[in-house]
Amino acid sequence: MSEKASFRSNGGVRGWLGRQPVWVRWLVILVAAVAAYMLPYIGDVPVIGPQIVTEGIDWPSALFNMSYYVLLALGLNVVVGYAGLLDLGYVGFFAVGAYGTALLTSPDSILYEDTGWKWLMAVPAALILTMIAGVILGWPTLRLRGDYLAIVTLGFAEIIRIVATSTDVLRGDRGFASIPHPPGSWGGEPIFGVTDAIPYFWLGLTVIILVILGVRNLDRSRVGRSWLAIREDEEAAEVMGVRTFKYKLWAFAIGAFIGGLGGVLFAGEQSFINSQTFVLQFSILVLAGVVMGGSGNMAGAILGGVLISYIPDRLRGLSVGDTDLYEYRFALFGAVIIIIMVLRPQGLIPSRRRAMELKDREKEVAPQ
Amino acid sequence: MDFSGLIDNFGPLTVTGLAQGAIIALFALGYTLVYGVLRLINFAHSEVFLLGTYACLFAWGLFGLDQNSATPAVGPMLLYMVVGLIAAIVVSGAAALTVEFVAYRPLRRRNAPPLAFLITAIGASLFISEVAGVLTHRNQTGVPPIIQARPVFTIGDTTVTNLQLLIIVLALVMMFVLDRFINGSRLGRGVRAVAQNPDSAALMGVNKSRVIALVFLLGGLMAGIAAVMYDLKIGVTRYDAGFLLGIDAFTAAVLGGIGNLRGALLGGLLLGVLQNYAAGLFGSQWLHAASFVLLVVILLFRPTGLLGESLGRARA
Amino acid sequence: MSEPHKETPEELDRENARPVADPAPTGGPQAEPTPSPVRDEGVLLEVDHVTLRFGGVVALNDVSFSLRKGEIFGLIGPNGAGKTTCFNAMTGVYRPTEGQIRFQGESIVGKKKHQITRGGIARTFQNVRLFPEMTALENVMVGADAHHKTSVISALFRLPRFWREEKSGRARSLELLRFVGIAHRAGDVSRNLSYGEQRRLEIARALATNPTLLCLDEPAAGFNPAEKEDLLQLIRKIRDTGVTVLLIEHDMRLVMGVTDRIVVLEFGKKIAEGTPAEVRDNPSVIAAYLGVPTDAA
Repeated sequence: MSEKASFRSNGGVRGWLGRQPVWVRWLVILVAAVAAYMLPYIGDVPVIGPQIVTEGIDWPSALFNMSYYVLLALGLNVVVGYAGLLDLGYVGFFAVGAYGTALLTSPDSILYEDTGWKWLMAVPAALILTMIAGVILGWPTLRLRGDYLAIVTLGFAEIIRIVATSTDVLRGDRGFASIPHPPGSWGGEPIFGVTDAIPYFWLGLTVIILVILGVRNLDRSRVGRSWLAIREDEEAAEVMGVRTFKYKLWAFAIGAFIGGLGGVLFAGEQSFINSQTFVLQFSILVLAGVVMGGSGNMAGAILGGVLISYIPDRLRGLSVGDTDLYEYRFALFGAVIIIIMVLRPQGLIPSRRRAMELKDREKEVAPQ
Repeated sequence: MDFSGLIDNFGPLTVTGLAQGAIIALFALGYTLVYGVLRLINFAHSEVFLLGTYACLFAWGLFGLDQNSATPAVGPMLLYMVVGLIAAIVVSGAAALTVEFVAYRPLRRRNAPPLAFLITAIGASLFISEVAGVLTHRNQTGVPPIIQARPVFTIGDTTVTNLQLLIIVLALVMMFVLDRFINGSRLGRGVRAVAQNPDSAALMGVNKSRVIALVFLLGGLMAGIAAVMYDLKIGVTRYDAGFLLGIDAFTAAVLGGIGNLRGALLGGLLLGVLQNYAAGLFGSQWLHAASFVLLVVILLFRPTGLLGESLGRARA
Repeated sequence: MSEPHKETPEELDRENARPVADPAPTGGPQAEPTPSPVRDEGVLLEVDHVTLRFGGVVALNDVSFSLRKGEIFGLIGPNGAGKTTCFNAMTGVYRPTEGQIRFQGESIVGKKKHQITRGGIARTFQNVRLFPEMTALENVMVGADAHHKTSVISALFRLPRFWREEKSGRARSLELLRFVGIAHRAGDVSRNLSYGEQRRLEIARALATNPTLLCLDEPAAGFNPAEKEDLLQLIRKIRDTGVTVLLIEHDMRLVMGVTDRIVVLEFGKKIAEGTPAEVRDNPSVIAAYLGVPTDAA
């Protein structure tokens, strides 16, 4: 079983890529990045293009949706995939990022008199706020065992939602309107307008690329090694001198930061948020995406993030007979999740390092 | 904060809390049993409960009952109760088994990582609740008034209704029966053996797959009973009722010590009561927030819950 | 983020550059004792009247002994004698109910596991506990990271410290793999290593934390005689680099062959202490453990 898994990780596209010289690798990555930036125009590709683009929602907006889902998946992947911490309330950080932005910029905010900042000014503040939220949540809870962490994080997201719904400061259903868009203009027209979502997608994609580079740097360093060691055998890691709590907290804070980025972008594009935006099902969806794609590896997380956003959007406006498929989007989605996980328990793109779960299983079968 | 509100209504809040907690406790058993044996958060258990709430409504519907019907006399009422309970138990039990067979067993065969189980569970949960949502057009469904809530006795200024009494007593009885079953019967011994050490249990001739199926079934049966009680108490059900109460039930299981049957009872009752106090103190929208804060505080001081995790071995 | 490091970076580099096989019987620069109430300058670790109870069970009963710098010290006893309990107390896993454990004159009771490791005590596990999905080299680098100072920020932006420590850690880890004789498996995922290689890898990983004291928990379990002989060589080689070795072992032949001094535990009490020869001839040891005296020779 394990032999087979390790064999597989050497084959396939990644195995091939790993054996190529550095310049080939960079070329492939560059081509992929350029192709990603061209995605808004994929509808113009004959034959395949029209099949891919969404019908019930304009394609650039669907792409933007994918971009913040991918961001969330990447962030959650740090927490769940790398450090092995089961976070069921990840949407909480997304919400903190979005609300942070709204509070600092929207005319509806009670802080508007004092702040009323531009979007760009609010970004760093909102991100710091999410990281603080990550640390505040992590500090007491990361000492708890895995399953308990899951329920406590679930509670955190629920508390955020309750606070958003029932306090005057966060305005509940009424929400925050007129959150400013990102800055910049092109030929006298603002780049980030109301009608065209393409610039937002490009912005999201750029942020995604930066996040990928950053997470990759962390992964291939002492930090990544510590996370992996914690995931595989926490006690052994500690005995080897790894400060487990510190690194778990960092994983939480970094995950929160990335989730906050998603929230900040979301607020900047939508320009309106309210308490209905951040339902709990949302973070469970993102978790499903990460694991479905293949947790512990960024390609898998990205694929998962794309799927959880694309599938429902693609179903929008489609109907079979009299039934509107969009109504059934989550039901279908649930079925798809089961099928994928039953067929590929390690996710669509298995991580090279995904043995901890396997090993855990073995431990349970044969304790001591 | 409304201290006087809490103090003035202390008795009523306690009684409603106990009734609410009894339902939560029955619901929580499903989480605790499955976790005790498989170390798995059965996320789809909330939908097992949900199907129970609809099943008994459906059965009552067959008698022509709906939310506008008149309250039946004692004789028919008993009949309806029995029929409703049977319908809910059968459907919930069957749903629990189906989830095990469709979503978990194939993964176990493939030795999948624990996270994969959680995700299929989420998939199953999403599927069931969303289908229910589409079929009911995401509206709530009213419950026929099978039992007229009537005060039975009064202590001080606290009245206890027949419904509250029924819920609490039924939960305690079921709890007792289940406890005897797990600790006294041969099948129950198999459950405990697998919980403690699946491998040597298998060597001793315990059929692990059957034990696992049994555990899902038991959890489903209890959820079915909880579902009927929920219908009677709340008066409506909705496609997301399972999800919301499921969070409470899981919290209760963890609070008492997940994997521990008596822990689920204690956790459920405690949670129900404290949620009501918190609602009295801060307003009902803070009910869930309060229960989570409580959970974190308790886990920090007692990392394995109030009673420890003892269906199997206690884990460090 | 500052750690209680004793070494300056230069010393650390010197440590790294030091050929591991270099004989330095009285310990390297890291063995310099901090000002402390040590009575005997030669004492490295002192177990001082330690009692450990689990509920009503007394696992260790008023046990005292001490390890001297540069020796190979054996801790033996029949099954259930409290060896592993004692070992776990010495490495910070258990906290003694009574008594003190001092390392280089400083109490280690109540310290965190990673602090104890950074302080200079490294250990292996009775049942090998590597990070199975990491390569052999990465496993050792986790140990080497114990003394690194690369922060999350410098890793994120690949600042100079990251490159410097990554390079030196890598070099040192490779050197240790060579030292234990499995350099050719450096790039293999550790769960694919043979059992003997995994044991050696665990020792290399422990050595990477730059220990003053290396604790080996039944390192020869499951070895055949030839492998045991190789292990003896390795333990001596480790001692010759200046690292004190604590050995918990079942196999009397192995213990007698390599240790300088031995403590014997039975039912949580110390029943004998001395050189292998003294212990072998001790009647209570014979009665308790060896059974037939000729067996051990």
